[in-house]
Amino acid sequence: MTGHLLHNLILFGRLLRGLGLDVNPGRMIDLVHALGHIEIGRKPDFYHAARSLLVHRHEDEPLFDQAFEMFWRKPSEGGVTLEMGGLQVRPRFRRPLVTPPPLRPSDAKPPEDGEGQSPADQPPILQVTVTYSDREVLRHKDFAEMSGEELDAVRRLMTALVWQLGERRTRRRKPGKGRLLDLRRTVRKSLRYGGEVLEWARREPKYKPRPLVIVADISGSMERYTRLLLHFIYSLTAGLDQPVEAFVFSTRLTRITRQLHGREVEAALREVGQAVSDWSGGTRIGEALKAFNFDWGRRVLGHGAVVLFISDGWDRGDVDLLRREMARLQRTCHRLIWLNPLLGSPEYEPLTRGMQAALPYIDDFLPVHNLASLEDLARRLTDLDERRGIRARRTAIERRERTLINAETAEPR
Amino acid sequence: MNLTSIDDLQAALREQLYIADRGLATAIYLALRLHRPLFLEGEAGVGKTEVAKVIARLLDTDLIRLQCYEGLDVHHAVYEWNYTRQMMHIRVMEARGERAAEAELFGPDFLLRRPLLQAIENSREKAPVLLVDEVDRSDEEFEAFLLEVLSDFQITIPEIGTIKAERPPVAVITSNRTREVHDALKRRCLYYWIDYPGFDKEFEIVRAKVPQAPAQLARQITGFIQELRRADLYKVPGVAETLDWTAALVALDQQALEPGIVEETLGVILKYQDDVEKVRGENLRAILDRVKVTV
Repeated sequence: MTGHLLHNLILFGRLLRGLGLDVNPGRMIDLVHALGHIEIGRKPDFYHAARSLLVHRHEDEPLFDQAFEMFWRKPSEGGVTLEMGGLQVRPRFRRPLVTPPPLRPSDAKPPEDGEGQSPADQPPILQVTVTYSDREVLRHKDFAEMSGEELDAVRRLMTALVWQLGERRTRRRKPGKGRLLDLRRTVRKSLRYGGEVLEWARREPKYKPRPLVIVADISGSMERYTRLLLHFIYSLTAGLDQPVEAFVFSTRLTRITRQLHGREVEAALREVGQAVSDWSGGTRIGEALKAFNFDWGRRVLGHGAVVLFISDGWDRGDVDLLRREMARLQRTCHRLIWLNPLLGSPEYEPLTRGMQAALPYIDDFLPVHNLASLEDLARRLTDLDERRGIRARRTAIERRERTLINAETAEPR
Repeated sequence: MNLTSIDDLQAALREQLYIADRGLATAIYLALRLHRPLFLEGEAGVGKTEVAKVIARLLDTDLIRLQCYEGLDVHHAVYEWNYTRQMMHIRVMEARGERAAEAELFGPDFLLRRPLLQAIENSREKAPVLLVDEVDRSDEEFEAFLLEVLSDFQITIPEIGTIKAERPPVAVITSNRTREVHDALKRRCLYYWIDYPGFDKEFEIVRAKVPQAPAQLARQITGFIQELRRADLYKVPGVAETLDWTAALVALDQQALEPGIVEETLGVILKYQDDVEKVRGENLRAILDRVKVTV
């Protein structure tokens, strides 16, 4: 192979890595070997060889194709140049940059106003240490009514919350005191007594924390809570050992799992801000749920997942669709927990059409409006057990609804 | 069989009634040449498992299949001791007034070979094809173990020692993506995403696999399935369903798609009640009309 081609291959590998593809050096070497087995003059073969060796995620394939097209152009078509200006960013970042809404409407003032400087320029007003009584006040204050400093304090307290998710019994077994016999160890032990089985070795099931899936509403009506809820989602992602899948929606669903992963909080939220294009838009819960069920449900809801659905239930979409997809979601997860910030207010009643439609399919309906409610949630998650008696109640509601409907339809006749 | 180019392989696959895209043929070809595992991902029923079967037929070698499930452990994937025989042996020796030696009890005679061990053991003349099917159903523990086995094709049994494959098997791993398989495993492999076929390819598959189906029927079936894949369904039919349905309609002596018989046999291609409801009645007629115009 000519040194020129090798050089270009290495550049190409570097380009792919720069674009965020997970290119393994071993596969680069394989590609060099592969060139000996294919007709290198046939561009499609070279393309398929490179793609099957350098890409291993279906979602990375379009990006690879784009990079390949640009990099391996014939000199007459523009040549192998390294002017990859347009490619240096993942395509999804090319959308106009829309960032999450500011903390409070009052903070939205442009920086020229003098007072509304960006938080980074401001001296830290509140130190990390919050006195006990302050904390008590903070715990019960609604997020929506908090000042900027209070929110900062809450965010710090939030990081201190300990998250732990209930466990599920897996099908994997380990040595222990269970009911299952461990014949391998039994025979081993019996050899000591000349093959006489004096004690039975046993195995027991292994327990693992349940996977957690968060689907959060970031539409206009949730705006006052969005920032803080993202912090909350981040602290859950960072604080739990098991994988956490996170999605946000207002008019369409965006997966933000990768953006949240392995970054500092500010960087992670910035990434999320860039990935999402519909901040504070309208709400179509049904459509978002459907997108989730169709595209992601089968992939992230396995192994007894717990779903946290965060929304105020203000829905502008199709209520029947919402009902159908809620039912589907509940059937496919172990536990469906709906967190509603409005539930914190004593006068609130879940009377909106969307909330009404969803209610029968929710396992737990909990508030998420202040720190105390988050602490309560943390406790509940830890206590999640194998059983969930609550769904029985749903059938009762359904039965009542059905009789009501029957009565209504029967009347006119 | 002498497979010296991608063209050869593609032709040979076709001879075995497997219609492969250039991309898939390239990936298979390189997997054979570079001795790398082949990782196939795609929706259910697009022919992932079939690839392993066809490769085994092409190479005229054994196919060893390991079906994955949650909790799959070494005892079921690699090896297990034959306890009943061990106990019997101990008793027999006892009756003779002897004591069974431990080394003998835990020797090759009492070993039950499970798929992974069979695949790397050198008991065959030719390297076999190892199919690790639906790896997404297994758990992280097994994935980690598989990664280890695939990296150097050797297995250590404490009582016997390390067994290393002289001729590594052709490994094919499939996943339906019911969960994300760890990158570390996929990184070791040649990766190929098998998509649903377009009309021409699927028609070709139907003709190859169910030759007794009349051309007109095959064309309509393919058109109908292609329409369904564009419809808003929870689970669209795969190629496997297309073939099942074709076989079913042939068994019912159909020459062309008729609304009545289609409705009665929808269960062959749609597996969710919601989806069946959606395709019934008026919608069904509309789809059929469209199909009959286009094909």
